[in-house]
Amino acid sequence: MPNNDILLEVKDLKMWFPITQGIVFQRHIGDIRAVDGLNFFIRRGETLGLVGESGCGKSTTGRAILQLYRPTAGDVYFEGQNLTKLKGEALRRMRRKMQMIFQDPYASLNPRMTVGDIVGEPLEVHNILKGKELRERVMELLEVVGLNRYFINRYPHEFSGGQRQRIGVARALAVQPDLIVCDEPISALDVSIQAQIINLLEELQEQFHLTYLFIAHDLSVVRHISDRVAVMYLGKIVELTTRTELYDNPLHPYTQALLSAVPIPDPALEERRKRIILTGDVPSPANPPTGCHFHTRCGVKIEGTCDVVEPEFKDVGELHWVACHRVA
Amino acid sequence: MATLLQVKGLKTQFFTQDGVVNAVSGIDFDLNEGETLGIVGESGCGKSVSVLSLMRLIPTPPGRIVGGEAWFQGRDLLSMDNEEIRSVRGNKIAMIFQDPMTSLNPVLTICQQVSEALELHLGMDKSQARKRAIELLELVRIPDAASRIDDYPHQFSGGMRQRVMIAMGLSCNPQLLVADEPTTALDVTIQAQITDLVRQLREEIGMAVIWITHDLGVIAGLADRVNVMYAGYIIESADVKDLYADPRHPYTLGLLGSIPRLDEVRKAKLTPIEGLPPDLIDMPGGCPFASRCRFALDRCLEENPQLETVARRHTVACWVDVAGGKR
Repeated sequence: MPNNDILLEVKDLKMWFPITQGIVFQRHIGDIRAVDGLNFFIRRGETLGLVGESGCGKSTTGRAILQLYRPTAGDVYFEGQNLTKLKGEALRRMRRKMQMIFQDPYASLNPRMTVGDIVGEPLEVHNILKGKELRERVMELLEVVGLNRYFINRYPHEFSGGQRQRIGVARALAVQPDLIVCDEPISALDVSIQAQIINLLEELQEQFHLTYLFIAHDLSVVRHISDRVAVMYLGKIVELTTRTELYDNPLHPYTQALLSAVPIPDPALEERRKRIILTGDVPSPANPPTGCHFHTRCGVKIEGTCDVVEPEFKDVGELHWVACHRVA
Repeated sequence: MATLLQVKGLKTQFFTQDGVVNAVSGIDFDLNEGETLGIVGESGCGKSVSVLSLMRLIPTPPGRIVGGEAWFQGRDLLSMDNEEIRSVRGNKIAMIFQDPMTSLNPVLTICQQVSEALELHLGMDKSQARKRAIELLELVRIPDAASRIDDYPHQFSGGMRQRVMIAMGLSCNPQLLVADEPTTALDVTIQAQITDLVRQLREEIGMAVIWITHDLGVIAGLADRVNVMYAGYIIESADVKDLYADPRHPYTLGLLGSIPRLDEVRKAKLTPIEGLPPDLIDMPGGCPFASRCRFALDRCLEENPQLETVARRHTVACWVDVAGGKR
């Protein structure tokens, strides 16, 4: 699968949200640095997993790429075009090529619209199809995601969580996008249903040559579905590498701790495993620690270096990037 | 080891406008002193309702415990009057809940909330209770407990709040701690902190634990025994190692096959369990899992199998012997 056809490239992406004080005159007193300088690319047909704990900025990254938030700084190149410079009609035309699947299938579907209207809406908005052809295409899409074509007149409340997520997938597929940002698409589903959706996403990727940015907090799911994985901590990518390399040779102490914290369904193995238990909580992105953001919880920090100097995001070969002073 | 809790034929129903919901349909299990029991299942399988029934915390109406016994230290929890159950609840049996954000009262300080049970059950006065509360917070490894005790819940992070909940649960030295998905709302590194803490406390205090979860990974490293529940029934019960090494119920087998493992070698396809869990109002006759089961026989659609012993301390409710390959 690896090829050098880069679909999306993100350069020094920053997304800060201002904190203001005052009622009439809002003074700008600081920023929440949700995303603070990301660099990565995704090749066509590839799945890049983005993992991290809540509040680390992974969802914000997805939204900033699609220009749902306009980034504070940095560039997002999609098929060579810089999305941050596009406006109005030009941006709208590009959006057709990038779609999103959301986390909560209960909240992301409008309860007053029929399935046909929900799935058909993007086709109408982008003036692709209308009337009878539109309905026919919606029915086709429902079948593609494993639903019955005659569900077209039903409302979202008539479906289970897994089925609703399939409706969300059908809507994303409607405009034949190249890139789909999957924002925790299975976190709200039951264990036995999660596998159905994962398999569906994998099948669709093969069938339609889709490229995924797969955002999740569950490292085992991300490892399963991704070709490469980026680990985020407090607005920054700390490590980015292939799925095998990440597991066999994790270099960043945060990645190591994260991997050791994920429970494995095997009691014999769990007994033998050594766990790295991190102390404390993730600091606030409004006031991130100086130097390396992780130094406050790190077990191997170097006094005088890690708490002062921000580590560089280094290329250590074998498609492996890491931001840590301990890594030569 | 002595038996601490013995549940027989527990049955809980909810009487709603749409009909009778069979949340728990007659379950039996034992728990020994100092043992950790995991209850695993998906949403709506009755795992929370079964322990809430034991604690007599089912809202009535619409819910009602329609049958069964639960013997705890020689007394039946289900036939106690309200006064008696109140003296057990929070005292001998403590409970922690899923969402530490909503189970603490936002307008009371941590001190007030932790001391409540101490004053109520142990008859301590205010200053004794405060001293003990600080000790408890130290026990659950809250740094700088003495100065943080007068904080309000919003000043604590999610993991810290769950620690406070555990401190409250431990306040009367319970013999049994019931934990209802205590780490589901937490991040994975914080989850590791909490499970590690419970492991240590269990040894220190020597209490039994019932840990409810949908995560087969968490339970693998924590439990001694596991009950797998589906649609209100226990469908498999075994020692933890036997359950993972030799699962005998097609549903357990399906669950294990449908989760990606962190240590999997190659990108293999998952085998999902097709279909949906049954409607608890209109339960099919026969085995509740039959419609989703790969191995289902005609008999499965007509008769509901009972739990049968298939190996040492290993019971399964299934007409098909999955392990032996017999069908």
